[in-house]
Amino acid sequence: MVCIRATEASTLLGMDHAAAVAADRAVSAGDLSVVVTSVSSDSHTWNLVVLQLVLEELGHRVHNLGACVPDELMVSECARLRPDLIVISSVNGHGRHDGLRLIGKVRGHPELALTPVVIGGKLGIAGPGSDRSRAQLRSAGFDAVFEDGSGLTAFQSFVGQLTASVVR
Amino acid sequence: MSHPTTGSFGDFVTRAQRAGRLVVQPRMGVSDPGAMRSGLLATRDAAATTVGTITLDSYTRMGDNVNAHAALAAGVELNGFPIVAHDVAITRAVLDGVVGADFPVQIRHGSPLPETIVGALIKAGLHATEGGPVSYCLPYSRVPLVDSIPNWARSCDLLAEVRETGVEPHVESFGGCMMGQLCPPGLLVALSVLECMFFRQHGIRSVSLSYAQQTNPDQDTEAVQALRQLAAHWLPDLDWHIVIYTYMGVYPRTPNGATLLLEEAARLAVRTGAARLIVKTVAEGYRIPTFAENIDALETAAAAAERCTTIAGEVADTGIHAEATALIEAVLDLSPDLGTALAIAFRRGYLDVPYCLHPDNASRARSYLDSAGRLQWSSIGSMPIRDVVGHTGSGQLTAAGLLASLSYVERTFDNASLEQEYRAAPAGEVPATPPPRSDELTKEQSR
Ligand code: B12
Repeated sequence: MVCIRATEASTLLGMDHAAAVAADRAVSAGDLSVVVTSVSSDSHTWNLVVLQLVLEELGHRVHNLGACVPDELMVSECARLRPDLIVISSVNGHGRHDGLRLIGKVRGHPELALTPVVIGGKLGIAGPGSDRSRAQLRSAGFDAVFEDGSGLTAFQSFVGQLTASVVR
Repeated sequence: MSHPTTGSFGDFVTRAQRAGRLVVQPRMGVSDPGAMRSGLLATRDAAATTVGTITLDSYTRMGDNVNAHAALAAGVELNGFPIVAHDVAITRAVLDGVVGADFPVQIRHGSPLPETIVGALIKAGLHATEGGPVSYCLPYSRVPLVDSIPNWARSCDLLAEVRETGVEPHVESFGGCMMGQLCPPGLLVALSVLECMFFRQHGIRSVSLSYAQQTNPDQDTEAVQALRQLAAHWLPDLDWHIVIYTYMGVYPRTPNGATLLLEEAARLAVRTGAARLIVKTVAEGYRIPTFAENIDALETAAAAAERCTTIAGEVADTGIHAEATALIEAVLDLSPDLGTALAIAFRRGYLDVPYCLHPDNASRARSYLDSAGRLQWSSIGSMPIRDVVGHTGSGQLTAAGLLASLSYVERTFDNASLEQEYRAAPAGEVPATPPPRSDELTKEQSR
């Protein structure tokens, strides 16, 4: 596993999130390198901050790309950082549409063809479970879809399984 | 260029206020023009004193008209109205016979670079919008402030030219809502005033100052009174009014809890003599509201305002006025040009928005909720308010702790709602509070 310290790399980015979250916190078993990111159209960030904290508290290293991340920036940052997991979060209602566009670009990059990529949040404008977004996103190339309302437990156990398979 | 006879936004609100009526306004935007028009008509016809809103979609906000066009072509419904992607004739048709002196319509967008949007709204015959070079940049983008500020300046200049057609353009500052939640009131008040001063420097003469309902009614009352005093002091030559936003953070999930919070916002507006209120609906915690839900919210808020007769006297001074004054004066000292002053203020951390990830924010300030549910600073970073705020001590930030603060209002109002239902339920019956059913409610959306 390639380890890249998020805090070293983040100064290159438009958003430097190191300062947004306390740096020194007890590290537990995890040790995955994770990219947390919004999509190009979405400016919500509380979701990103909470997901970062949750992952860090599981002992993983998070590189938070922040709000309104253009497709190309997301792909190039992920290709550079080669994370063990990419977590895409969107709540503005365009997530399904943006996700379907984006995953093709991510999977199209040779470095990222096999990287686990998940998406979650409020993905449509009509509330959870109102369209076939979950199935569509899965077949388009996402490894898991966590729609709002499903809680963070399912996500935490997904990350747990991934940790077990990556860090051995 | 011909303009439909649309009276000015500021005039309409002032007239309503003089008549003792609170103006209520929705957040409302759909991509389909026919549906957008019926939403405006439903707003106009609601049993309340209303102004109309066209909320723009996220692609248009980001200047991504390629994806806005693609979505329209593919029939994908957006989270707002794409005013730039739609032909101007389409927007004019949406407004034709709807907008007028008795029903002004405002464009609500959330764009750090609004020049194209402002151009489009002017072409469509409109002249009222909202935002600001800070409040629509930091919480809405990763665009540098030094790009947002001149773009906002040009947008105001453009809008100011509309005055030549005989109508007074209006801009509302979104400064009273940084990040939607957990920003202590002193900073919200200061930013609202500073952005309105920026608008004035760029030719705008009719403005509104915003304040978003926070976590404690007494603190909110004090904040709005401070905002009023500071507006009177710093903007004596402008036409101005105060607009309250119903809570902008994580919203109650029960329909009753959502309604209680909205009614509380309406009372805040009346109590503090605000002229206008932006409502929230029972769908807020879940999805984009239907028109029916929005009309319900408008009428509920109007009725709550009608019932409220209390005008707040002097409230206890916990220092919000002093804190906002210190911030405003520190910024004004940096440069006679407000845009320059705001950019320097953020670079030096004189203004620092808690939990804001934008690269131009110093991110050294932090806030917390005290035991009375008041927003307090746990760290002020480099903001020049030490004399007012006194000692602060910062605890460790955890996911659980942050989520607890974020959901404080949601929990308070949902619990109050459950309590009410429990009391009302006949013995032995368990009250159920199902979340609004999205599948049924969205179909109802009139189109
Ligand atoms: C605060 C807020 C804002 C703030 C955001 C400030 C900021 N920079 O973050 C402001 C006021 C700026 C804002 C703006 C807008 N907002 Co807003 N906002 C909210 C609000 C009130 C609370 C969101 C919040 O802070 N939640 C707290 C966080 C911690 O929870 P969360 O976001 O739900 O994320 C959790 C879960 O969803 C989940 N999750 C999320 N992503 C992922 C990913 C994975 C992998 C997993 C496992 C889990 C997961 O875990 C997260 C942590 O617990 C919500 C409504 C609500 N919930 O009450 C609307 C809401 C999200 N906003 C909405 C919209 C549409 C917008 C705007 C487009 C304006 C508009 N048209 O109304 C703009 C955004 C502009 C843009 N470019 O997209 C809609 C989205 C509608 C939809 N999806 O159907 C909502 C639901 C309101 C509504 N009902 O209309 N908003």
